[in-house]
Amino acid sequence: MSERSSSGALLLSGVLFGVGLAAFVDETVFHQLLRWHHFYDPAGLEVGLISDGLFHAFGWFAVVASLFLLAELRGRGRLRWGRWAGGVFLGAGAFQLYDGVIQHKLMGLHQIRYEVDLFAYDLTWNVVAVIMIAVGAFLVVRTRRSEAAAGA
Amino acid sequence: MHDHLPSGGGVDLLAVLAPILAVVAAAAYLVAVVFSRRPWPRHRTLLWLAGLLTASAAVSGPLAGAAHAQFEKAQFEGHMVAHLLLGMLAPLLLVLAAPVTLILRALPVPSARGVSRVLGSWPIRFLTEPVVAAVLNVGGLWLLYTTGLFSALHTSPAINLAVHVHMFAAGILFTVALVSPDPMPHRRSYGHRAAVLIAALAAHDILAKYLYAHPPIGVSADAAHAGAMIMYYGGDAVDVALIVVLCAGWYRARHRGASLAWAWPHSRRTPARDLAVD
Repeated sequence: MSERSSSGALLLSGVLFGVGLAAFVDETVFHQLLRWHHFYDPAGLEVGLISDGLFHAFGWFAVVASLFLLAELRGRGRLRWGRWAGGVFLGAGAFQLYDGVIQHKLMGLHQIRYEVDLFAYDLTWNVVAVIMIAVGAFLVVRTRRSEAAAGA
Repeated sequence: MHDHLPSGGGVDLLAVLAPILAVVAAAAYLVAVVFSRRPWPRHRTLLWLAGLLTASAAVSGPLAGAAHAQFEKAQFEGHMVAHLLLGMLAPLLLVLAAPVTLILRALPVPSARGVSRVLGSWPIRFLTEPVVAAVLNVGGLWLLYTTGLFSALHTSPAINLAVHVHMFAAGILFTVALVSPDPMPHRRSYGHRAAVLIAALAAHDILAKYLYAHPPIGVSADAAHAGAMIMYYGGDAVDVALIVVLCAGWYRARHRGASLAWAWPHSRRTPARDLAVD
């Protein structure tokens, strides 16, 4: 595995893990622990049900596959935690933004919480997502190696 | 007390037949282990026995009794748990026990070649095609729960038997298509299998949420809520196990022949034993 392709795999592993982690946290914290989300919101669009199912399924796969990919890269000595972490922030932030804007608002799949004034919750949710994306982008750019320095 | 049992004793047939078949299957496996030309890993035997136990428990004994319980909610919940065990968990355990590899090692070589030929025939190849197996599985579930088929389970012993056999067989085919440790020359790529697994998992989850809001004919809303959540989370659990097994297979295949110590420096396992096919 060349330096460049393993760099890409490293980023992919991080992003996948971030997406899966965000999906998993969403499921456990908001659905289960806080019971803010509902299992099924009848106000949602039908296409939302399909998209929800696909993301849920993909999220599980992403967590598992990203960890095996991580193990693979670690074994080959290609692991750079800073870059991987950047990918995680990017993936998690992107998922959260997608969830906050498209799933919650556009598709009306479910809301963050019921019987409360949603604006503060929605704003916080999406702002946090944007911040995570920014942190991720910063880390990815910082850990980028120039072609000359890479060598192989 | 048994007003939910169909007439004609069809459910009783399943409840009686399953343990008998399980014992026969267990005995056959153990005999094959004795005749095997090479040492057989103990964990595979345990997987086989656990899988048989799970399958039998799903259709006979106290759990199956819950599926016929007097209170409707408990009945639908019991149904769901039984179907998860029979259609998802038991197949996973049984397939991971690598029975085909065992048969090939235990039979005399000419017979083993014959078995190999049969398993490579086009009907078997077709049925163990990931997309085909997924459609049989998930399509069967959609048919069962969104049509009148579900209520027919309780009135017709023949339908009840057929549905359970289908559920088990489809589960086996699906698991084989995705993660069988047995030799499969025509197996699809990891990417292909991953995509099918994700799609099937999604379809399973979508159905569960759909049933939450649209109960099967003859099931109350309350019962549907409970059963749908069992289907969703229980299905998730087994599917995640499937994902782990699939990814582990990918990982192992990349390092076939290499020492595992490379990734886990403190591992004491023998690489050859983990990586060899037979």
